[in-house]
Amino acid sequence: MCRDCGCSLGPAATRAPLAAPTGVAGKFETIEVITAILGENDRVAAHNREHFDGHGVLALNLMSSPGAGKTALLEATIRALGGRLRIAVVEGDLATENDADRIRACGVPAVQISTGNACHLDATMVHDAVHDIALAGLDVLFIENVGNLVCPASFDLGQHRNVTLLSVPEGDDKPAKYPVMFRAADLTLITKTDLLAYITEFSTGRAHASLRQIGYSGETIELTSRGGAGFDAWLAWLDREVAAQRERTRRGETLRPQVQPEGAHAHAAEPHVRR
Amino acid sequence: MHELSVCQALIEQVERVARQNDARTVVSIVITVGPLSGVEPQLLEHAYPLAAAGTVAEHASLVIETVPVRVRCRSCGAETDVVPNRLVCGACGDWQVDVTGGEELTLRRVEIETDPAAVH
Repeated sequence: MCRDCGCSLGPAATRAPLAAPTGVAGKFETIEVITAILGENDRVAAHNREHFDGHGVLALNLMSSPGAGKTALLEATIRALGGRLRIAVVEGDLATENDADRIRACGVPAVQISTGNACHLDATMVHDAVHDIALAGLDVLFIENVGNLVCPASFDLGQHRNVTLLSVPEGDDKPAKYPVMFRAADLTLITKTDLLAYITEFSTGRAHASLRQIGYSGETIELTSRGGAGFDAWLAWLDREVAAQRERTRRGETLRPQVQPEGAHAHAAEPHVRR
Repeated sequence: MHELSVCQALIEQVERVARQNDARTVVSIVITVGPLSGVEPQLLEHAYPLAAAGTVAEHASLVIETVPVRVRCRSCGAETDVVPNRLVCGACGDWQVDVTGGEELTLRRVEIETDPAAVH
Protein backbone atom coordinates (compact mmCIF):
# COMPACT_ATOMS: atom_id res chain seq x y z
CA MET A 1 0.00 0.00 0.00
CA CYS A 2 1.21 3.48 -0.83
CA ARG A 3 2.53 5.30 2.23
CA ASP A 4 1.53 8.72 0.92
CA CYS A 5 -2.20 8.36 0.58
CA GLY A 6 -3.07 4.80 1.52
CA CYS A 7 -4.14 3.94 -2.02
CA SER A 8 -3.49 0.51 -3.42
CA LEU A 9 -0.65 1.60 -5.64
CA GLY A 10 2.28 -0.65 -5.05
CA PRO A 11 6.04 -0.42 -5.29
CA ALA A 12 5.77 1.39 -8.62
CA ALA A 13 5.83 4.59 -6.58
CA THR A 14 9.51 4.09 -5.93
CA ARG A 15 10.38 3.01 -9.45
CA ALA A 16 13.55 4.43 -11.03
CA PRO A 17 13.16 7.70 -12.95
CA LEU A 18 12.31 7.39 -16.60
CA ALA A 19 15.31 7.40 -18.88
CA ALA A 20 16.03 10.82 -20.28
CA PRO A 21 16.49 11.21 -24.02
CA THR A 22 20.13 11.62 -24.90
CA GLY A 23 21.73 14.42 -26.87
CA VAL A 24 19.46 17.11 -25.47
CA ALA A 25 20.83 19.99 -23.47
CA GLY A 26 19.41 20.59 -20.03
CA LYS A 27 19.04 18.76 -16.78
CA PHE A 28 16.37 16.12 -16.32
CA GLU A 29 14.50 15.58 -13.12
CA THR A 30 11.68 13.28 -12.16
CA ILE A 31 9.20 14.79 -9.74
CA GLU A 32 7.14 12.37 -7.66
CA VAL A 33 3.72 13.91 -7.29
CA ILE A 34 0.90 11.50 -6.34
CA THR A 35 -2.08 13.82 -6.48
CA ALA A 36 -5.69 13.47 -7.56
CA ILE A 37 -5.98 14.58 -11.19
CA LEU A 38 -9.35 16.16 -10.44
CA GLY A 39 -7.95 17.88 -7.34
CA GLU A 40 -8.91 21.36 -8.55
CA ASN A 41 -12.52 20.28 -9.15
CA ASP A 42 -12.51 18.70 -5.68
CA ARG A 43 -11.28 21.98 -4.19
CA VAL A 44 -14.12 23.97 -5.80
CA ALA A 45 -16.58 21.26 -4.75
CA ALA A 46 -15.42 21.57 -1.14
CA HIS A 47 -15.92 25.33 -1.42
CA ASN A 48 -19.48 24.77 -2.71
CA ARG A 49 -20.14 22.43 0.19
CA GLU A 50 -18.99 25.13 2.61
CA HIS A 51 -21.54 27.48 1.03
CA PHE A 52 -24.30 24.89 1.45
CA ASP A 53 -23.28 24.02 5.00
CA GLY A 54 -23.02 27.70 5.89
CA HIS A 55 -26.72 28.04 5.10
CA GLY A 56 -27.73 24.62 6.42
CA VAL A 57 -28.84 23.57 2.94
CA LEU A 58 -28.93 19.89 1.95
CA ALA A 59 -27.50 19.49 -1.57
CA LEU A 60 -28.54 16.44 -3.59
CA ASN A 61 -27.06 15.43 -6.94
CA LEU A 62 -29.60 13.60 -9.15
CA MET A 63 -28.05 11.38 -11.81
CA SER A 64 -29.53 9.00 -14.38
CA SER A 65 -29.90 8.30 -18.08
CA PRO A 66 -31.76 10.94 -20.09
CA GLY A 67 -35.46 10.30 -19.67
CA ALA A 68 -35.33 8.26 -16.47
CA GLY A 69 -37.65 10.77 -14.79
CA LYS A 70 -35.44 13.17 -12.85
CA THR A 71 -37.47 16.27 -13.67
CA ALA A 72 -40.78 14.44 -13.21
CA LEU A 73 -39.56 13.26 -9.80
CA LEU A 74 -38.74 16.86 -8.85
CA GLU A 75 -42.12 18.16 -10.07
CA ALA A 76 -43.99 15.49 -8.12
CA THR A 77 -41.81 16.05 -5.04
CA ILE A 78 -42.39 19.82 -5.06
CA ARG A 79 -46.15 19.31 -5.41
CA ALA A 80 -46.31 16.62 -2.71
CA LEU A 81 -44.34 18.75 -0.25
CA GLY A 82 -46.69 21.68 -0.81
CA GLY A 83 -44.11 24.20 0.43
CA ARG A 84 -43.28 22.22 3.57
CA LEU A 85 -39.61 22.24 2.53
CA ARG A 86 -38.06 25.22 0.74
CA ILE A 87 -36.46 24.00 -2.44
CA ALA A 88 -34.35 25.34 -5.29
CA VAL A 89 -33.12 23.47 -8.34
CA VAL A 90 -30.05 23.66 -10.57
CA GLU A 91 -30.80 22.06 -13.93
CA GLY A 92 -28.06 20.71 -16.17
CA ASP A 93 -28.69 20.01 -19.85
CA LEU A 94 -26.77 20.44 -23.07
CA ALA A 95 -29.37 22.92 -24.33
CA THR A 96 -32.79 24.52 -23.67
CA GLU A 97 -34.43 26.01 -20.58
CA ASN A 98 -37.19 23.40 -20.74
CA ASP A 99 -36.46 21.68 -17.44
CA ALA A 100 -35.92 24.91 -15.51
CA ASP A 101 -39.22 26.18 -16.94
CA ARG A 102 -40.99 23.04 -15.71
CA ILE A 103 -39.60 23.55 -12.20
CA ARG A 104 -40.44 27.28 -12.17
CA ALA A 105 -44.00 26.35 -13.18
CA CYS A 106 -44.19 24.49 -9.86
CA GLY A 107 -43.36 27.74 -8.04
CA VAL A 108 -39.76 26.90 -7.17
CA PRO A 109 -36.65 28.89 -8.22
CA ALA A 110 -34.52 27.15 -10.84
CA VAL A 111 -31.28 27.99 -12.62
CA GLN A 112 -30.53 26.30 -15.91
CA ILE A 113 -26.94 25.41 -16.75
CA SER A 114 -26.58 24.86 -20.49
CA THR A 115 -23.41 22.85 -20.88
CA GLY A 116 -23.17 23.10 -24.66
CA ASN A 117 -21.60 19.81 -25.57
CA ALA A 118 -20.28 18.92 -22.13
CA CYS A 119 -21.59 15.61 -20.87
CA HIS A 120 -21.54 16.38 -17.15
CA LEU A 121 -21.70 19.18 -14.59
CA ASP A 122 -18.54 20.11 -12.73
CA ALA A 123 -18.01 21.99 -9.48
CA THR A 124 -17.26 25.32 -11.16
CA MET A 125 -20.48 25.28 -13.23
CA VAL A 126 -22.46 24.59 -10.06
CA HIS A 127 -20.56 27.30 -8.19
CA ASP A 128 -21.49 29.88 -10.84
CA ALA A 129 -25.13 28.75 -10.88
CA VAL A 130 -25.43 28.84 -7.10
CA HIS A 131 -24.49 32.52 -7.12
CA ASP A 132 -27.89 33.12 -8.78
CA ILE A 133 -29.75 31.31 -5.99
CA ALA A 134 -30.59 32.71 -2.57
CA LEU A 135 -29.36 29.93 -0.30
CA ALA A 136 -30.55 31.63 2.88
CA GLY A 137 -33.75 30.00 4.04
CA LEU A 138 -33.48 27.02 1.71
CA ASP A 139 -33.82 23.45 2.96
CA VAL A 140 -32.85 21.49 -0.14
CA LEU A 141 -30.90 22.29 -3.30
CA PHE A 142 -31.44 19.70 -6.00
CA ILE A 143 -28.76 19.55 -8.68
CA GLU A 144 -30.21 17.71 -11.67
CA ASN A 145 -27.14 16.50 -13.54
CA VAL A 146 -26.89 16.01 -17.30
CA GLY A 147 -28.67 12.79 -18.28
CA ASN A 148 -25.74 10.40 -18.62
CA LEU A 149 -24.78 7.22 -16.77
CA VAL A 150 -21.04 7.65 -17.33
CA CYS A 151 -19.35 11.01 -16.85
CA PRO A 152 -21.26 12.71 -13.98
CA ALA A 153 -20.09 10.03 -11.52
CA SER A 154 -16.50 11.26 -11.72
CA PHE A 155 -17.10 14.89 -10.67
CA ASP A 156 -17.78 16.02 -7.11
CA LEU A 157 -20.08 19.08 -7.18
CA GLY A 158 -20.19 19.81 -3.46
CA GLN A 159 -23.35 17.80 -2.86
CA HIS A 160 -24.00 15.81 0.31
CA ARG A 161 -25.74 12.87 -1.31
CA ASN A 162 -25.91 11.23 -4.73
CA VAL A 163 -29.33 9.97 -5.83
CA THR A 164 -29.30 7.77 -8.94
CA LEU A 165 -32.44 6.85 -10.86
CA LEU A 166 -32.94 3.60 -12.75
CA SER A 167 -36.20 3.59 -14.70
CA VAL A 168 -38.05 0.39 -15.51
CA PRO A 169 -37.91 0.82 -19.32
CA GLU A 170 -34.09 0.91 -19.19
CA GLY A 171 -33.74 -2.69 -18.02
CA ASP A 172 -32.80 -4.32 -14.74
CA ASP A 173 -29.12 -4.88 -15.64
CA LYS A 174 -28.15 -1.19 -15.80
CA PRO A 175 -26.02 -1.39 -12.61
CA ALA A 176 -23.96 -4.20 -14.16
CA LYS A 177 -23.48 -2.15 -17.34
CA TYR A 178 -22.65 1.14 -15.56
CA PRO A 179 -21.03 0.05 -12.28
CA VAL A 180 -19.13 3.30 -11.64
CA MET A 181 -22.33 5.35 -11.69
CA PHE A 182 -24.36 3.09 -9.44
CA ARG A 183 -21.51 2.59 -6.98
CA ALA A 184 -21.47 6.38 -6.53
CA ALA A 185 -25.10 6.40 -5.35
CA ASP A 186 -26.18 6.85 -1.74
CA LEU A 187 -29.77 6.19 -2.79
CA THR A 188 -31.00 4.36 -5.89
CA LEU A 189 -34.54 5.04 -7.02
CA ILE A 190 -36.10 2.44 -9.31
CA THR A 191 -38.55 4.73 -11.13
CA LYS A 192 -41.60 4.29 -13.36
CA THR A 193 -42.70 1.17 -11.48
CA ASP A 194 -46.22 1.80 -12.84
CA LEU A 195 -44.80 0.38 -16.08
CA LEU A 196 -43.86 -2.95 -14.47
CA ALA A 197 -47.25 -4.30 -15.54
CA TYR A 198 -46.34 -3.69 -19.20
CA ILE A 199 -42.58 -4.23 -19.19
CA THR A 200 -42.55 -7.72 -17.80
CA GLU A 201 -38.90 -8.20 -18.77
CA PHE A 202 -37.91 -5.98 -15.82
CA SER A 203 -37.42 -7.85 -12.56
CA THR A 204 -36.92 -5.72 -9.46
CA GLY A 205 -35.25 -8.78 -7.89
CA ARG A 206 -32.67 -8.84 -10.67
CA ALA A 207 -32.15 -5.06 -10.34
CA HIS A 208 -31.39 -5.48 -6.63
CA ALA A 209 -29.07 -8.43 -7.38
CA SER A 210 -27.29 -6.36 -10.04
CA LEU A 211 -26.71 -3.59 -7.47
CA ARG A 212 -25.43 -6.11 -4.91
CA GLN A 213 -22.92 -7.51 -7.41
CA ILE A 214 -21.24 -4.14 -7.87
CA GLY A 215 -20.82 -3.79 -4.11
CA TYR A 216 -23.61 -1.21 -3.76
CA SER A 217 -24.17 -0.42 -0.11
CA GLY A 218 -26.79 2.37 -0.29
CA GLU A 219 -30.57 2.28 0.03
CA THR A 220 -32.98 1.43 -2.79
CA ILE A 221 -36.57 2.62 -3.18
CA GLU A 222 -39.01 1.48 -5.87
CA LEU A 223 -41.44 4.21 -6.88
CA THR A 224 -43.48 5.98 -9.49
CA SER A 225 -43.68 9.76 -9.48
CA ARG A 226 -47.47 9.33 -9.83
CA GLY A 227 -47.56 8.57 -6.09
CA GLY A 228 -47.99 5.59 -3.78
CA ALA A 229 -46.06 3.87 -1.00
CA GLY A 230 -42.68 4.08 -2.75
CA PHE A 231 -43.08 7.79 -3.35
CA ASP A 232 -43.94 8.27 0.33
CA ALA A 233 -40.77 6.36 1.24
CA TRP A 234 -38.79 8.80 -0.95
CA LEU A 235 -40.36 11.78 0.82
CA ALA A 236 -39.56 10.18 4.19
CA TRP A 237 -35.91 9.69 3.07
CA LEU A 238 -35.81 13.36 2.08
CA ASP A 239 -37.18 14.44 5.47
CA ARG A 240 -34.61 12.27 7.26
CA GLU A 241 -31.76 13.74 5.18
CA VAL A 242 -32.93 17.34 5.76
CA ALA A 243 -33.08 16.66 9.51
CA ALA A 244 -29.62 15.05 9.39
CA GLN A 245 -28.19 18.04 7.52
CA ARG A 246 -29.69 20.44 10.10
CA GLU A 247 -28.08 18.38 12.84
CA ARG A 248 -24.71 18.40 11.04
CA THR A 249 -24.96 22.15 10.53
CA ARG A 250 -25.67 22.61 14.23
CA ARG A 251 -22.55 20.61 15.09
CA GLY A 252 -20.39 22.29 12.45
CA GLU A 253 -19.96 18.99 10.58
CA THR A 254 -20.31 18.13 6.92
CA LEU A 255 -20.79 15.06 4.76
CA ARG A 256 -19.53 13.87 1.43
CA PRO A 257 -21.40 11.44 -0.78
CA GLN A 258 -19.95 8.09 -1.77
CA VAL A 259 -16.58 9.08 -3.16
CA GLN A 260 -13.53 7.43 -4.53
CA PRO A 261 -10.72 6.90 -2.03
CA GLU A 262 -8.40 9.45 -3.57
CA GLY A 263 -11.14 12.07 -3.39
CA ALA A 264 -11.46 11.21 0.28
CA HIS A 265 -7.71 11.61 0.60
CA ALA A 266 -7.85 15.06 -0.98
CA HIS A 267 -10.29 16.09 1.73
CA ALA A 268 -8.59 14.28 4.58
CA ALA A 269 -7.53 17.57 6.12
CA GLU A 270 -11.11 18.83 6.41
CA PRO A 271 -12.31 18.80 10.00
CA HIS A 272 -15.37 16.94 11.20
CA VAL A 273 -16.02 15.00 8.01
CA ARG A 274 -18.34 12.12 8.60
CA ARG A 275 -18.73 9.29 6.14
CA MET B 1 -16.39 12.13 -23.38
CA HIS B 2 -15.35 13.70 -20.08
CA GLU B 3 -11.78 12.59 -20.78
CA LEU B 4 -10.99 16.01 -22.25
CA SER B 5 -12.04 17.68 -18.98
CA VAL B 6 -9.87 15.18 -17.11
CA CYS B 7 -6.92 15.95 -19.43
CA GLN B 8 -7.36 19.68 -18.92
CA ALA B 9 -7.32 19.14 -15.15
CA LEU B 10 -4.23 16.97 -15.56
CA ILE B 11 -2.42 19.62 -17.60
CA GLU B 12 -3.20 22.24 -14.94
CA GLN B 13 -1.62 20.00 -12.29
CA VAL B 14 1.42 19.37 -14.51
CA GLU B 15 1.83 23.08 -15.25
CA ARG B 16 1.84 23.76 -11.51
CA VAL B 17 4.53 21.13 -10.91
CA ALA B 18 6.56 22.50 -13.84
CA ARG B 19 6.34 26.06 -12.46
CA GLN B 20 7.33 25.00 -8.96
CA ASN B 21 10.38 23.16 -10.31
CA ASP B 22 11.52 25.73 -12.88
CA ALA B 23 10.95 23.34 -15.77
CA ARG B 24 11.80 24.40 -19.29
CA THR B 25 9.73 21.58 -20.74
CA VAL B 26 7.90 18.54 -19.49
CA VAL B 27 9.32 15.31 -20.93
CA SER B 28 6.84 12.78 -19.64
CA ILE B 29 3.84 12.42 -17.36
CA VAL B 30 2.95 9.20 -15.55
CA ILE B 31 -0.61 8.68 -14.34
CA THR B 32 -2.50 5.75 -12.88
CA VAL B 33 -6.04 4.97 -13.98
CA GLY B 34 -8.25 2.33 -12.40
CA PRO B 35 -11.35 0.85 -14.08
CA LEU B 36 -13.63 2.27 -11.35
CA SER B 37 -12.49 5.86 -11.94
CA GLY B 38 -14.94 6.08 -14.83
CA VAL B 39 -12.16 7.21 -17.17
CA GLU B 40 -11.15 5.28 -20.27
CA PRO B 41 -7.33 5.21 -20.86
CA GLN B 42 -7.63 5.05 -24.64
CA LEU B 43 -9.91 8.11 -24.73
CA LEU B 44 -7.50 9.92 -22.41
CA GLU B 45 -4.70 9.28 -24.91
CA HIS B 46 -6.81 10.74 -27.70
CA ALA B 47 -7.82 13.81 -25.71
CA TYR B 48 -4.36 14.48 -24.29
CA PRO B 49 -2.75 16.25 -27.31
CA LEU B 50 -5.71 18.65 -27.50
CA ALA B 51 -5.34 19.62 -23.84
CA ALA B 52 -1.53 19.80 -23.96
CA ALA B 53 -1.27 21.97 -27.09
CA GLY B 54 0.44 25.28 -26.40
CA THR B 55 1.44 24.34 -22.84
CA VAL B 56 4.76 23.46 -21.25
CA ALA B 57 3.69 19.83 -21.63
CA GLU B 58 3.01 20.08 -25.35
CA HIS B 59 5.72 17.57 -26.30
CA ALA B 60 5.52 15.38 -23.19
CA SER B 61 4.68 11.73 -23.52
CA LEU B 62 1.74 10.48 -21.49
CA VAL B 63 2.33 7.16 -19.75
CA ILE B 64 -0.84 5.55 -18.42
CA GLU B 65 -0.42 2.79 -15.86
CA THR B 66 -3.58 0.75 -15.47
CA VAL B 67 -4.35 -1.18 -12.31
CA PRO B 68 -6.89 -3.95 -11.68
CA VAL B 69 -9.97 -3.75 -9.49
CA ARG B 70 -9.13 -5.48 -6.21
CA VAL B 71 -11.44 -6.40 -3.37
CA ARG B 72 -10.81 -7.70 0.14
CA CYS B 73 -13.41 -10.13 1.44
CA ARG B 74 -15.01 -9.39 4.81
CA SER B 75 -15.78 -13.08 5.27
CA CYS B 76 -12.64 -14.98 4.28
CA GLY B 77 -10.14 -12.12 4.14
CA ALA B 78 -8.85 -13.02 0.67
CA GLU B 79 -7.77 -10.19 -1.62
CA THR B 80 -8.55 -10.88 -5.27
CA ASP B 81 -8.68 -9.14 -8.66
CA VAL B 82 -12.24 -8.83 -10.03
CA VAL B 83 -14.11 -7.24 -12.94
CA PRO B 84 -15.85 -3.88 -12.30
CA ASN B 85 -19.42 -5.18 -12.48
CA ARG B 86 -18.86 -8.23 -10.33
CA LEU B 87 -17.41 -7.00 -7.07
CA VAL B 88 -17.60 -10.29 -5.21
CA CYS B 89 -14.83 -12.25 -3.52
CA GLY B 90 -12.86 -14.21 -6.11
CA ALA B 91 -12.09 -16.87 -3.51
CA CYS B 92 -15.37 -17.60 -1.71
CA GLY B 93 -17.93 -15.63 -3.76
CA ASP B 94 -19.22 -13.50 -0.87
CA TRP B 95 -20.48 -10.06 -1.94
CA GLN B 96 -19.51 -8.32 1.30
CA VAL B 97 -16.18 -6.95 0.12
CA ASP B 98 -14.18 -3.73 0.41
CA VAL B 99 -12.66 -2.26 -2.73
CA THR B 100 -8.91 -1.86 -2.18
CA GLY B 101 -7.89 -0.84 -5.70
CA GLY B 102 -9.19 0.19 -9.09
CA GLU B 103 -10.55 3.66 -8.28
CA GLU B 104 -7.29 5.53 -8.94
CA LEU B 105 -7.17 8.62 -11.13
CA THR B 106 -3.81 9.86 -9.99
CA LEU B 107 -0.90 11.90 -11.29
CA ARG B 108 2.18 9.95 -10.17
CA ARG B 109 5.29 11.47 -11.69
CA VAL B 110 6.34 14.33 -13.91
CA GLU B 111 9.69 14.21 -15.67
CA ILE B 112 10.94 17.67 -16.50
CA GLU B 113 13.88 19.28 -18.23
CA THR B 114 15.30 22.30 -16.46
CA ASP B 115 17.72 24.88 -17.73
CA PRO B 116 21.17 23.64 -16.62
CA ALA B 117 22.09 27.19 -15.59
CA ALA B 118 19.10 27.48 -13.26
CA VAL B 119 19.98 27.67 -9.58
CA HIS B 120 17.86 25.62 -7.15
